[in-house]
Amino acid sequence: MNGLRKKEKNGEDDGVSNERSSCVYFSWLLASGWHRDSCPLVKNILLLDSEGKRVAVKYFSDDWPNHNAKLAFERSVFTKTAKTNARSDAEITMFDGYIVVYKFVQDLHFFVTAGDDENELIIATVLQGFFDAVGILLRGDVGKRTSLENLDLILLCIDEIVDGGIILETDANTIAGKVATNAVDGAVPLAEQTISQALATAREHFARSLFK
Amino acid sequence: MAQPLVKKDDDQEDEEYSPFLGIEKGSVLQEARVFNDPQLDARRCSQVITKLLYLLNQGETFTKIEATEVFFAVTKLFQSKDTGLRRMVYLMIKEISPSSDEVMQVIIVTSSLMKDMNSKTDMYRANAIRVLCRITDGTLLTQIERYLKQAIVDKNPVVASAALVSGIHLLQTNPEIVKRWSNEVQEAVQSRAALVQFHALALLHQIRQNDRLAVSKLVSSLTRGSVRSSLAQCLLIRYTSQVIRESGTNSQSGDRPFFDHLEACLRHKADMVIIEAARAITELSGVTSRELTPAITVLQLFLSSSKPVIRFAAVRTLNKVAMTHPLAVTNCNIDMESLISDQNRSIATLAITTLLKTGNESSVDRLMKQISNFMSDIADEFKIVVVEAIRSLCLKFPLKHRSLMNFLSNILREEGGFEYKKAIIDSIVILIRDIPEAKEPGLFHLCEFIEDCEFTYLSTQILHFLGKEGPKTSDPSKYIRYIYNRVILENATVRAAAVSTLAKFGSMVELLKPRIFVLLRRCLFDTDDEVRDRATLYINMLAGDSSVGKTDKDVKEFLFGPLDVPLANLETSLQSYESSEEPFDISAVPKEVKPQPLTEKKAPGKKPPSFAVSANGPTSPVDAYEKLLSSIPEISNYGQLFKSSTPVELTEAETEYAVNVVKHIFNGHVVFQFNCTNTIPEQLLENVIVTVDTSEAEEFAEVASKPLKTLPYDSPGQTFVAFEKPDGLPSNGRFSNMLKFIVKEVDPSTGEAEEDGVDDEYQLEDLEVTAADYMLKVPVLNFKNAWDSMGPDCERVDEYGLGVRESLGEAVSAVINILGMQPCEGTDVVPNNSRSHTCLLSGVFIGNVKVLVRLSFGIDGPKQVAMKLAVRSEDAAISDAIHEIVANG
Repeated sequence: MNGLRKKEKNGEDDGVSNERSSCVYFSWLLASGWHRDSCPLVKNILLLDSEGKRVAVKYFSDDWPNHNAKLAFERSVFTKTAKTNARSDAEITMFDGYIVVYKFVQDLHFFVTAGDDENELIIATVLQGFFDAVGILLRGDVGKRTSLENLDLILLCIDEIVDGGIILETDANTIAGKVATNAVDGAVPLAEQTISQALATAREHFARSLFK
Repeated sequence: MAQPLVKKDDDQEDEEYSPFLGIEKGSVLQEARVFNDPQLDARRCSQVITKLLYLLNQGETFTKIEATEVFFAVTKLFQSKDTGLRRMVYLMIKEISPSSDEVMQVIIVTSSLMKDMNSKTDMYRANAIRVLCRITDGTLLTQIERYLKQAIVDKNPVVASAALVSGIHLLQTNPEIVKRWSNEVQEAVQSRAALVQFHALALLHQIRQNDRLAVSKLVSSLTRGSVRSSLAQCLLIRYTSQVIRESGTNSQSGDRPFFDHLEACLRHKADMVIIEAARAITELSGVTSRELTPAITVLQLFLSSSKPVIRFAAVRTLNKVAMTHPLAVTNCNIDMESLISDQNRSIATLAITTLLKTGNESSVDRLMKQISNFMSDIADEFKIVVVEAIRSLCLKFPLKHRSLMNFLSNILREEGGFEYKKAIIDSIVILIRDIPEAKEPGLFHLCEFIEDCEFTYLSTQILHFLGKEGPKTSDPSKYIRYIYNRVILENATVRAAAVSTLAKFGSMVELLKPRIFVLLRRCLFDTDDEVRDRATLYINMLAGDSSVGKTDKDVKEFLFGPLDVPLANLETSLQSYESSEEPFDISAVPKEVKPQPLTEKKAPGKKPPSFAVSANGPTSPVDAYEKLLSSIPEISNYGQLFKSSTPVELTEAETEYAVNVVKHIFNGHVVFQFNCTNTIPEQLLENVIVTVDTSEAEEFAEVASKPLKTLPYDSPGQTFVAFEKPDGLPSNGRFSNMLKFIVKEVDPSTGEAEEDGVDDEYQLEDLEVTAADYMLKVPVLNFKNAWDSMGPDCERVDEYGLGVRESLGEAVSAVINILGMQPCEGTDVVPNNSRSHTCLLSGVFIGNVKVLVRLSFGIDGPKQVAMKLAVRSEDAAISDAIHEIVANG
């Protein structure tokens, strides 16, 4: 029934796991037993394509100790939800001790996972924040292709929503705002300019006013 | 590897689907050299970082050397003033954050981050704080503590939130430092920014979580003040129910502190707060129907919401309530029924199982019809949930066993995986065990199933069960055909199991013996060794000329008796047994249960399956206890075990030694089984025994005790004390207990214990043996029939005043607890606001005397409860004894 629980012990090679540090904190949060009275915790945020392949994922829990366990979870989430219609309202499912809230658009599948004693409406709010913020950042053209082309924005977006399992922000406009000010093309704020840059800018302004 | 195979240019509008097509780690690491350029191209650097992050995200790993190189290169990018690039640098450092042993890396990045932390740009400050707290250790933290405290009360909410969330993480590693920030955190709780308040509240609670008074103060000030975000409100609800849980009800008025606040939250504008509050109310311990009603009302409204997540949240909560307060949920049944056809299968399943719990006898048939339509299009794991719910329904309404058993056999014939089939089989087995009338049809369904069963495990289990139950039926011969078919058609494992089953029929049913002989002789020509060996053994045994034993009793003992050595020990002994002239001696196998190795500890964060349905597992604990007790020579001759209690804790939670006790009742004896756990890694306990003082239990005399030789850290062990008591009488008593042992120091690094130990003792809590311990919960199929057939000869009726009670329901459950009897026909549940109630109980009292009880309760205005107790049993003295129990309770 729960093939997922049998965690394979294929340890990762001596490489560096990309989610090491965040998981350490999280496991403490769970192990210390105050979970019941704790603040809501998100276990992962997944953005998969219409074949269940990764576009961007972020795990905040060490329930899945290695890459294979994570892939197995993603596969199982994907197959369990693929046939459902989650295009207008967010849908929800529960299995293996997790609740997963999800929503699809075009060829993208958005998922947010939490423990099964979590308030599912809080998790749905996180999903909605993520979903809408991506919509704003990609200017309404949400699909696998645009997401990959703007992967930096997607990753920053996840980073602004949850920090080590704890919800940072759920309002889509605020999230998108925080990500967009950092966009590569964004102008350098005045406060950060060096004197020479400031002089150059001033000279430019001056020149422009002359040629008017 | 150094060859860049596919060079990609992101600016170009290409034809390919993914901008990362053909990306390869080696070439990206090459590209990362641009980080070292004296003239940084911010745009290009950002792109390379994105590629690195993409690789990590796809599960690519960097070797330690690669990670270090990338890390150093990335730290160079702090020279760039480009904000977008800086943001990607933060992200990258978090992804490959150095562990604290990589001191060099930490130092390099720390200085850059500290500069950013004091920058004028809020975005830099917020992110630098988050990154810095990720990689920091204690000493570094003291250096930056001052800045973090300032950041907590920063006027920019993003900075404040970053510092607070980092504080929550840091509290795990450096609690003493974070605790010094209370004043700042307290100030942040008053913040006007919604999420700052949320994060501050979470941190403040965590800092003070062990200080009940402080948490209570926090809750009381916030419930009166203003809470700005729904998330913070949810937290406050969690903390409020914690305070309620810890303070208990006000015994005078029956009111709980802060309950008003929870109730007010049911009218909050945000759905998440409403659900949180409704759930908190339904989970209050000993929640009354008056308290439940408003929560149930809002949940009922949510059932017809257009949003699946809200429907799910509501039905899930109601499903839980239905386990403890089924009547409170019945009002929602109509809305619930419409959810059976919900698009979302999780919702539909929860609705079904809720209905199965709240349904009454008359609605069962209609429900089963609806479920049959629904079963075909849900996944196995949901089907299992439904099967378990049907099992408990059948135990509740035994009269309906025919239609429920039919349903189970129908779904058994359909397609399904192993776990699903196993759940059905387990359910049928439990129904056969608990409902005598269901036995023959049930066995027949099982026989039919093994005719076409693809799972060896299930076939052997069923054959074993058939061997136990089949011979006791009215016509055992009709099962032989099914069993012998297995010998012809199945694989060796199943064939061997079938041979054993045949032998059991042969030994139990004299009439069938000659025919069984014929069948067993045929098995002598089987191709498999095990099958032939078994057949030979059983033929000799049934003929009465084997080494197993000459008498009929010995044969039965061999066939049906439990294996009296632990399997693990047998396995070790067999492995060390070298084939020699000397035959293997099973009596030489040690009988003591070995402590389980530490590695078998439960994985963290794992919980039992989510759709919990109150279900008795297929192997009852009583069987396990019988096995355990019969392995102790001193105890094995006490006769049939009458009852084993549930474990009673004798220590508080989180003490050095955790001890609970199981009371085993025999006709003339009582055995206490003390389950002890040593929670100190540095200690090994030896010769562990509990000395029991019986000065307040005069009728009991200690006759035997079995100490526990060793009790290592974290592997539970048992010690036993046995008492003699007057035969067949329900003797009461109070026992005070002292745990005595020799303690030896253990070196935690090597795990070796020191030679010398010290005698020590540890006071345990007192234990009582009461009349309820002598009462076995045994359901009756039809209470009225049973009551009428018992007749009024030994009936005793009397009336009692129960004084002021919280509610009728509470009075009913109190009396049920005192008597320890089985409530029948769901009469243990009292409908909302009812003024009177009749409760039917059945049980078997020690000495195997059937007892039926009819309780009539009434409640008047000031909550005075009166009760009329009518007892019928086969023995007038027992009826009197029951009255005595209630009178003394």
